[in-house]
Amino acid sequence: MSGKSTRKVYKTEPVAGGCLVLGFHVPVRRSSDAAAASSTAFAPNVFIRIGEDETVTLAVNKSEMGQGVFTALPMLICEELEADWSKVRVASASMAKEYRHTVWGAQGTGGSTSVASEWDRLRRVGAAAREMLISAAAATFAADRSECRAENGAVTHVPTGRRLTYGQLVEKASGMEPPKDVSLKQPKDFKLIGKPTRRLDTPEKTDGSALFGLDVSIPGMLTALVARSPVFGGKLESFNAQKSKAVPGVVDVLEIPSGVAVIADSFWAARKGRDALELTWDEGEGGKLSTDALRGQYAQLAGKPGTVARKEGDAAKAFAKAARQLSAEYDVPYLAHAPMEPLNCVVDLRDESCEIWTGTQAQTMDQRSAAAITGLEPDQVTIHTMYLGGGFGRRGSKNSDFVSEAAHVARALRKPVKVMWTREDDIRGGYYRPLWVDRIEAGLDAGGYPIAWRHTIVGQSIMAGSRYEAGMVKGGIDETSVEGAADLPYSIPNILVDLHTPSLPVTTLWWRSVGHSHTAFVVESFIDELAHAAGKDPFEFRRALLGGAPRHLKVLELAAGKAGWGEALPDGRGRGIAVHKSYGSYVAQVADVSVADGKVKVHRVVCAVDCGMTVNPDTVAAQMESGIVFGLSAALWGAITLKDGRVEQSNYKNYPILRMRDMPEVQVHIVPSREEPTGIGEPGVPPIAPAVANAVFMATGIRVRRLPIGAEALISSPTLSPGGRG
Amino acid sequence: MPGKSDTIQLSVNGRKYTVEAPTDTPLLWVLRERLGLTGTKYGCGIAQCGACTVLANGAAIRSCVTPVSSVIGKEITTIEGLSAGRSHPLQRAWIAEDVPQCGYCQSGQIMAAAALLARKKEPSDADIDAAMSGVLCRCGTYQRIRRAIHRAALISAKGGAT
Repeated sequence: MSGKSTRKVYKTEPVAGGCLVLGFHVPVRRSSDAAAASSTAFAPNVFIRIGEDETVTLAVNKSEMGQGVFTALPMLICEELEADWSKVRVASASMAKEYRHTVWGAQGTGGSTSVASEWDRLRRVGAAAREMLISAAAATFAADRSECRAENGAVTHVPTGRRLTYGQLVEKASGMEPPKDVSLKQPKDFKLIGKPTRRLDTPEKTDGSALFGLDVSIPGMLTALVARSPVFGGKLESFNAQKSKAVPGVVDVLEIPSGVAVIADSFWAARKGRDALELTWDEGEGGKLSTDALRGQYAQLAGKPGTVARKEGDAAKAFAKAARQLSAEYDVPYLAHAPMEPLNCVVDLRDESCEIWTGTQAQTMDQRSAAAITGLEPDQVTIHTMYLGGGFGRRGSKNSDFVSEAAHVARALRKPVKVMWTREDDIRGGYYRPLWVDRIEAGLDAGGYPIAWRHTIVGQSIMAGSRYEAGMVKGGIDETSVEGAADLPYSIPNILVDLHTPSLPVTTLWWRSVGHSHTAFVVESFIDELAHAAGKDPFEFRRALLGGAPRHLKVLELAAGKAGWGEALPDGRGRGIAVHKSYGSYVAQVADVSVADGKVKVHRVVCAVDCGMTVNPDTVAAQMESGIVFGLSAALWGAITLKDGRVEQSNYKNYPILRMRDMPEVQVHIVPSREEPTGIGEPGVPPIAPAVANAVFMATGIRVRRLPIGAEALISSPTLSPGGRG
Repeated sequence: MPGKSDTIQLSVNGRKYTVEAPTDTPLLWVLRERLGLTGTKYGCGIAQCGACTVLANGAAIRSCVTPVSSVIGKEITTIEGLSAGRSHPLQRAWIAEDVPQCGYCQSGQIMAAAALLARKKEPSDADIDAAMSGVLCRCGTYQRIRRAIHRAALISAKGGAT
C-alpha cells in the first residue's frame, strides 16, 4: 500500500486567459478516474477539470469530515456549470491561494461556514466555465452565443438542434476568454440546489476504499508514538530509553518538544516501545489541578462582577424593582472531541520539500507551522488532505499541535514517518471544550416575565494565547466564550452578561458548536425554570418573549407542532423544548424522555431547522441527526475530569458515546426559506442538552444544572458491551 | 513468550498469506500494515468501539484484541472481501440510505451487520440493537444504519444476495 501509488497527482498547464491552474489530488483509489488519465482537459480554474471522456472533476477546498462538503460544494459548481451530475467526480483540493476561505484568508474548514462562504464564489466559478463552453460551441456552430444553451453536460444550438458535449468542447473551450462577469440563476430556476442528492463519497465509504490519514503509507515509512506529559504543562526532566530500544522493531527513540517519540517499524512495536520508556516529568502547577477544586474557584468568581459582554438598560435598578427574583448556577465539564479516527500525521521531509498527509481542518496554518519547524518556506510544504475520520473541531488545531509534533519527529528522524495517537492519547491529550460555571439571575414582573437578566460566565478562553487572539478577543471578551449568551434573543429590557476568564495550563479548543455548547444549555434551561416558576407552559412562555426574533419563533412553533406539544404523554415520560441560534441557523428541538434507575432514556427528538436555502436537504437532515447524537453523548455521559492533574478518563469505556441501543427516533423538519444559506454542521448540537434536561424536569421534577445529567450514577455503571458482539 | 516473532499462515478474503510477526500482534495491525487492507480501522484498541470488526469463519470479532496467532486456520473476511463491486445487500442498502458521514466506522458497522444478517435473515429492531450496539459511530448515523439493515434484509429476501 503505497500512498503515492494510490493517489493521483496531476498538474496542467495554464490555459488561455491566464487563469492559474494547479494540480489537485484525488485521495481515493478510483481506477475509473478518467480525468486523471485524460491527457487533454478543460480546466478553466482551480476548481474544474473537464475531460474529453465527459468526466467532470471538481476540487473541493474544504475538508470532508462527514458534514457533506464533498457533495454540497460540487452541487454549487454544477448548478451553474450545467454539467451532467452523474459525470461529476470529487477531488480533495491541494493547497493554493485560490482555495483559501473567502472570509478567513486561510485554507481551512470550520465554523459551519463552508456552504455560506462558498455559496457565491463556487456558483460563479461554475458559471464562468459554462460561458466559455458556450462560446466554444457557438464558435464551432458559427452561431451567435445567444442561440446556444448549456444543459446536462452539452451545449445545444437551439434553432438547429445541433449539440456538442462538454467532452467534445474541451479543446476549443480551453482557448476561450473567461468572461469578465457572469450572472447567476434565480433560486426558482435551480435544478440541483435544494434537491435531496446522494453523497458522492458514499460508495467508497462502504467498501473500505476511502482513504483516511491513518491509511496512508509511503515508501520507507516508520511509525511513531509520542510519550507526552501526564499533566498539562509538565516538562520532561529525564528519560531512559534502554528497555524501549530493546523492543524488537523499535528503530529509534528521540526527544522532541512535546515529549519522547518512539520510532518503530510497526504500530505494535512502537506501542510496546513507548510502554517500556522510563520518564521523569517536572509536573509544575499542572500536577495540582482537580475538577472539583476548579469548580469551586469558578463558582467564587461567578459571584463577582466580570468584564461586561452585553449591557442593555440597567439590570441593577430593574432587579430592585422586580416582584420576584430567581437565580441558579450551572456547570458543564471539559469535553474531548473523540473522533473515531485518532489523530495522525504522515510527514516526508526532504532537503527542499516537506509533504504531509493528514486529515486537517487548517491547511494554511498547519503549512506555516510545519515550515517554521522544518526551516522551509511555506510553499515548500504541501499538505494532502485525506478524509477526516471525524473532526468536530479537533482537527483544526489552533496551534497545529498534531502536525507540528509530526514535523518535529520528522526533523529529528529525517525519514518518512507516521505519527499516530492511540485512543488514550486522544482522550487524555487535552484541547478540550472548556469547563464552564455560569451564574444566572432573573428579576420577574408580577406576571412572571423577566424584566432583568444577569448572566455571569466563568471559563477559559479558547482564543487567548493563540494565533487567533487578536481577531477574536476584543476588550477582554473572547467572543466564543459568550456567544449564545450575549446575543440572548428574548425580549428582556435590562440585560447584563459578563465574563471571567481564568488562565490555566489545560489546553482548550473549539468543540462542535464551541461556546454555544454551554450557553444554550444554561440559557434554555433557565428560561424553562422561569416558565415553571411563572406557572406557564415552557413553549408558550418562550413564544411570548420571542416577539423580536421571528426566525427563532418559527422553528420553535414548527418543532412544537410536529412534536404534538401539549398532548398527553404516557406515564413516566417527560417532554422538553429548546431553541437556539448558532452559525446563522435557527434550531428548535423537542425531546421525549423517561427516567428509570437514574438513567435517562431519550425516546424521540423532533427537530426544526431554518438554515436559509438548503443545498442538499438530505445532508441538512443528516447533520441535525448527527448534532443531536453528538450533543446527547455529552449531555448524558460526557465528562473529562482531572484529579492530581491527571485526566481520569482514557477510552470509550469511561468516556462513553451514544450506541445504537441509545439512539432515539429523530425527525427533522426544514423551514422553507429564500434567505442565504447558513451553517449546518454545528447548529444541531446546542439545543439538545437543554431540551433533554427540560424533559427530565417534566418527567421527574428534578432540575438538571450540571452536565452530564446524573453523571455520578451513570459513569459508575458504564453502558459498555464487551468485545465480540456481532 | 510475548513478542516472539513467528511465521504465520493466514487466510484472508480467500487468499493465503504468510507473514512474519510477533505472535501477540493484534490481527488488526497485520491486516492494515502488512497486508495493506486498510478498510479495517483502529478506533480504541480495547474492543470498545468495533471499528476493527472483521469476520472469522463468519462470526464478528474485534481484530484489535485478537492475537494474530489465534486466527491461524480460520477464514478471515474484511470489508474488502465482503463482495465484488459493492454488491452485497448491505453495501447496496448502505448506498441507498446514504448512511456514511465521515465514514470511518462504516467498515466495522457493515461487517457487524453482515454477521447479524448471516444468522438472522429478518432482524428486528431489538436484534439490531443487540448486534450493533458494540460498534460506535461518533457522527450519529445509527438511524440510517438501522434503516439500511432492514433494507438489506429485504434485498436478500428478494434474492439480491450475491
